[in-house]
Amino acid sequence: MELRKHENRNISPDVPDAWFVPKARNQTDAEAVIRPSLSYWKDSWLRLLKNKLAMAGLVFLALLTLLAIFGPMISPHSVEKQTLTLQNLPPSSKYWFGTDDLGRDVFTRTCYGARISLFVGLMAALIDFIVGVVYGGFSGYKGGRTDNLMMRFVEILYGLPYLLVVILVMVVIGPGLTTIILALSITGWVGMARIVRGQVLQIKNYEFVLASKTFGTNTARIIRKNLLPNTMGPIIVQMTLTIPSAIFAEAFLSFIGLGIQAPHASWGVMANDGLSTILSGYWWRLFFPTLFISLTMFAFNVLGDGLQDALDPKLRR
Amino acid sequence: MNSYFIKRFAAMIITLWLIITATFFLMHSVPGSPFNEERTTNEAVQKNLEAYYHLDQPLIVQYGNYLAALVKLDLGPSIKKSSQSVNDMLGRGFPVSFELGFYTLLVAILSGILLGVLAALRHNGILDYVAMSIAVIGISIPNFVMATFLIEELAVRFPIFPVATWSSPKHMVLPILALATGPMAIIARLTRTSMLEVLTQDYIKTAKAKGLSPVKIVFKHALRNALLPVVTVLGSLAASILTGTFVIEKIFAIPGMGKYFVDSINTRDYPVIMGTTVFYSAILILMLLIVDLAYGVLDPRIKLHKKEAK
Repeated sequence: MELRKHENRNISPDVPDAWFVPKARNQTDAEAVIRPSLSYWKDSWLRLLKNKLAMAGLVFLALLTLLAIFGPMISPHSVEKQTLTLQNLPPSSKYWFGTDDLGRDVFTRTCYGARISLFVGLMAALIDFIVGVVYGGFSGYKGGRTDNLMMRFVEILYGLPYLLVVILVMVVIGPGLTTIILALSITGWVGMARIVRGQVLQIKNYEFVLASKTFGTNTARIIRKNLLPNTMGPIIVQMTLTIPSAIFAEAFLSFIGLGIQAPHASWGVMANDGLSTILSGYWWRLFFPTLFISLTMFAFNVLGDGLQDALDPKLRR
Repeated sequence: MNSYFIKRFAAMIITLWLIITATFFLMHSVPGSPFNEERTTNEAVQKNLEAYYHLDQPLIVQYGNYLAALVKLDLGPSIKKSSQSVNDMLGRGFPVSFELGFYTLLVAILSGILLGVLAALRHNGILDYVAMSIAVIGISIPNFVMATFLIEELAVRFPIFPVATWSSPKHMVLPILALATGPMAIIARLTRTSMLEVLTQDYIKTAKAKGLSPVKIVFKHALRNALLPVVTVLGSLAASILTGTFVIEKIFAIPGMGKYFVDSINTRDYPVIMGTTVFYSAILILMLLIVDLAYGVLDPRIKLHKKEAK
């Protein structure tokens, strides 16, 4: 740039030479880092903080967790106790969300449902994480024939209709909370395994992994220290998307009568009970559980979207 | 292409066989016979019943018989509804379910692509935010919640559409809407993302520089390439619509296959559960195969790659 300016000097005679003063070289600033040094996680967190919708989702989920833990404790009403004189009361200051056809407090039951939904979602995500990371990580790292064989198996499982498998397992083992989580995990880990494998396949060829190998680091340590931290972004995003689909599956199963069994409360069970009374005008029995299902799914989805943007290194500015 | 097709077809048959085998042994590992619940049956009667349904034979023989019958497309009799066979039930239920599923997929694809393209063309504009808000809400609301909401608003409070059953086009509106929202939202988001990516490509710039009309650029040059990721998810979307039909058919009292499936689960009618599962799986695997083949047709690069590999 500088050179060209010197060449062009004579082209426009209006510009006197005196205007061109070389800028003094500032030795001290040249090496200075303008941007504060941020770790990948700190940077991502700052970017997530800027995403209002994702933060709203996070706040809602935090509140929901508090409600799930403390709600049934602070509520003066019992989850399962039936009071037949208090049937189908509309929402009031005493019964915030009204009561159902057996005189049970809908607010307490909704809090209890939050426990079940969050538990199912977190457990399903945790199992997916463990199995998917171990399977996908091993397959991707080994590569070659092992990888080929392991991925064939994954493809077969991937071709299975997810909810159909879950329904079959529920029929065979019998409905219940443990069975739901087990059934969700049988096919759920496949997506995670594919993502981890793809990432590992890519990263294992990078120079820093080669450097580790040259130093004689063992395989387990390379996977733990080099590969996993670099695949964490997509893994976390996948987990935030697994949770709402697990919550949906639980509600769906409970709704068709294969999930949580009475007298336990779950949002799906409550929605199903509420649906049968919709023509009688007891709207609160359907409204509150379905509202909570939708809000929770919404919160997880926007949080997942926000994390996807925040954790993508390409978007780092 | 031909050897690829044969390979895929073989993989499909193997997957289907694995599903059949797994379902068969799962179903038969459930303790107890389907006959001895609630009412007490005479022992001789029960023996006869078991003999009639071949339940007294060794498991491996039953498995062989089932496979042999299946090859002839015979799914066996129902245990709980005597005189009906699983084939009869599927024959009656499938056309209805197919109609529901087909229209749902159609509505979801068309409206999803429309929303996605509009959002991408008005990137960061009001239309974009509106379309994506609809999409996020669509993904967040489970189909059975959507269905109950639609019934409450559009059938009970404002009786525009009938509450249930399946007889005229008017009856189809609410179930299709309820079932299509989720897939529509997914398609809209995917279309938007890939459309945004495609629109920055050089060949779009070239097309603009050539002076092509915006309509032609969007539909002929951009959309065709942007739709490839959408095609890949069609298989799993079809799966979610399929399982969605169970609950939608139950809510709207639609006499489809899902109703038989859910009923058979509740009454533990094992041959019907097995038959419907096998049938559903076959349809799904077929859908995945069609999607894969369609992908090859739509994207010439994939075909080239396959030829080079040979």
